Amino acid sequence: MELWEFTALELGGLIQRGEVSPTQAAQVALDRMAAEQDRNNAFVTRLDGETVLAQAAEVEKRLAAGEKLSPLAGVPMALKDNICTKGVRTTCASKILGDFTPPYDATAAEKLKTAGGVLLGKLNLDEFAMGSTSETSYYGPTRNPWDLDRAPGGSSGGAAAAVAAGECWYAIGSDTGGSIRQPASYCGVTGLKPTYGSVSRYGLIAYASSLDQLGPLARSADDCAAVLELMAGKDRRDGTSLDAGWGSLTASLTGDLRGLRVGLPSDCFGEGLDQEVRAAVLSAADVLKARGAAVEEFSFPMMKYVVPTYYIIAAAEASSNLSRFDGVKYGWRAADYEDLTDLYEKTRTQGFGAEVKRRILLGTFVLSAGYYDAYYKKALQVKALIKKAYDEAFEKYDLLLTPVAPTTAPRLGESLGDPLKMYLSDIYTVPLNLAGLPGLSMPCGFDGQGLPIGAQLIGPALGEAKVLNAAHAFQLDTDYHRQSPVGKEAQAK
Amino acid sequence: MKITEEMVDYVSILARLKLPQEEKTRMTGELEQILAYMDVLDGLDTSGVEPMSHVFPLKNVLRSDEVVPSGDRAELLANAPVPDEAAFLVPKTVE
Repeated sequence: MELWEFTALELGGLIQRGEVSPTQAAQVALDRMAAEQDRNNAFVTRLDGETVLAQAAEVEKRLAAGEKLSPLAGVPMALKDNICTKGVRTTCASKILGDFTPPYDATAAEKLKTAGGVLLGKLNLDEFAMGSTSETSYYGPTRNPWDLDRAPGGSSGGAAAAVAAGECWYAIGSDTGGSIRQPASYCGVTGLKPTYGSVSRYGLIAYASSLDQLGPLARSADDCAAVLELMAGKDRRDGTSLDAGWGSLTASLTGDLRGLRVGLPSDCFGEGLDQEVRAAVLSAADVLKARGAAVEEFSFPMMKYVVPTYYIIAAAEASSNLSRFDGVKYGWRAADYEDLTDLYEKTRTQGFGAEVKRRILLGTFVLSAGYYDAYYKKALQVKALIKKAYDEAFEKYDLLLTPVAPTTAPRLGESLGDPLKMYLSDIYTVPLNLAGLPGLSMPCGFDGQGLPIGAQLIGPALGEAKVLNAAHAFQLDTDYHRQSPVGKEAQAK
Repeated sequence: MKITEEMVDYVSILARLKLPQEEKTRMTGELEQILAYMDVLDGLDTSGVEPMSHVFPLKNVLRSDEVVPSGDRAELLANAPVPDEAAFLVPKTVE
C-alpha cells in the first residue's frame, strides 16, 4: 500500500509513532501533485516544494520538542480557493480576484495550521462557488480522477478530485447548497457539511452567508470527524458561529447502530433518480439495518419546493455579497473607464463569469421593488416550512438517508448549456443548507461505467456525532471509500 | 412571467453590470426560464407564515470596548488596483 492510500488519521498515527516523518509525507504529496495536476487541474495554486517542506520541517521540530499538536499533525492538506490564506493568493476561481493575496488567515485555516496541518495549496472550484461541476472556474475546469472526460462535481471539485487522486489526505471545502457533498459523491470520497455555524466563516469569501458552511473532504468518516474537531468552535469574528458541544466526535465513532431510527424520504427516491444510484443507496440502507438500525420510508412532500427556494435565497444573498467587488479596494480593475460608474460596470462585467452574473442578476431581480414579496419573501416563508418539516421528521427519526445527486458524474460541458437543469440536480443537497442541518456524503457503490455513487446521511442540528457514527459503521462493513481511481480511469470509460 | 430586455437593463443598472447585447439576449431568455420554474412556489400556501431569515435563534452580543490591532494600512493597500500611500484611488466623482 502506498502512503497516499492511507487515511489522514492513519498517516497521522504513523507520524505520531515516528514511523513516517512530516517531511516524507509532504514529499509524497508534492510528487502526487506533480503527477496529477496537468491531468485533473485540481489546484489553482500549488505552493512551491520549498515552502511545503519548510512547514513540514517546522511541524517535525514542534513534535520533536514534545508539543502535543493534534492527531493530524504533519498530515498534508489543501484548502478550497475561497478560503483566505495569509500571503497565499486566493482567487475564488475568478478573474476579478486573480491577484488577491489576503493579509489574514481564515479562522479555519489558522486553526488547522496551529494543529500542525501542512498546507499544499489552493483548490479549484466553480467561480465564487457558484456551480455544480467546477467548470465555471476562470482557471479551467477540474477533471474527475475516475474519468478525466467527466466533471468532478462542484463547487468543491478541486477538493474532491485532489483527495480522490491521493494528492492530499484531506481538504477543506465550502458548502452552500451541496458543494462539499456532491463532488465528494462524484469523486468517491467522504465529505461533511456540518451544522450551520459550527465552523467559523471568518475568512471564507461569502457567496450566501445564511447558507455557507465550511467542512472536510477526506477518505473516511473518521477523518472527517478528526478534521471537524480541529476547525469547529465559536469565533468572535463570526457572529453566527456557535459552540457545538459535541464532546469528542472521534470518540463517538463506536459503529453501534442498535436502536437507531433511519428515515428514507420517499420523495427522494422517485422520478428523476438514476436507477443504479437508487439501488446503491438502498443497499446502503441494508448495511445500516444489518448493524441494528431500523429503516423505514416516509413522505417528505416539501422536496418539490427546495430548489426554487434555495436559488432565490442564494442568488439574493450573492447579489448583495458580491457588490463588494468593484475594482477599488482589492482585486482586478478594468483597463479603460470614463468615470466611477463606468469603472464599476466595466470591472464587474469583464471580471465576473457568466454564471456569477446570472446569479447576481437573478438575485437583484428577486430583491427589487415590485418582486420582493413574490419571490424573496415567499422563499423565506417556504424556508420556514421546510425547517418545520425537518423538525417533524426528526421527532420520528434519528437520521435520514437519501441520494446525494440524481446521477453519477456528468461529462464535461454537458451541464453548462442549461443552467436550470444544473440547478435541478442539486435537489437532494440544498434543503439541508436551508434548514442548517449537517449532512454527510459517503461512497456507497459504482455504476456500470465504474463511476462512484454517494449516499447522504442527514442529521438534526448539531447531530454530527450520529451522522459520523452511522457513516463510520457503514465504512466498517464496506470498502467503497478505500477505492482509488489512480491507474484505473482508463477502465472507467 | 415574461422577462424583457428592458427589465434586464434595469436590473443590470442596480447590479452595476453592463452586458454586451449578445450576453443580454441570452441572459433574458435564461432568467425567464429560471423565474418561470420559481413559480412552483405559488402552489404552496404560505399565508400567515413568518419569513425565516435565520434558522437558529441569534441575538446581539455586546463586547467590551477595547482597542485591538486592526489591519496594517500598507498591507491592506497592497491589494488595491490603484492606491497611493494612504488611500484607494478612483476617478474624480465631484467637480
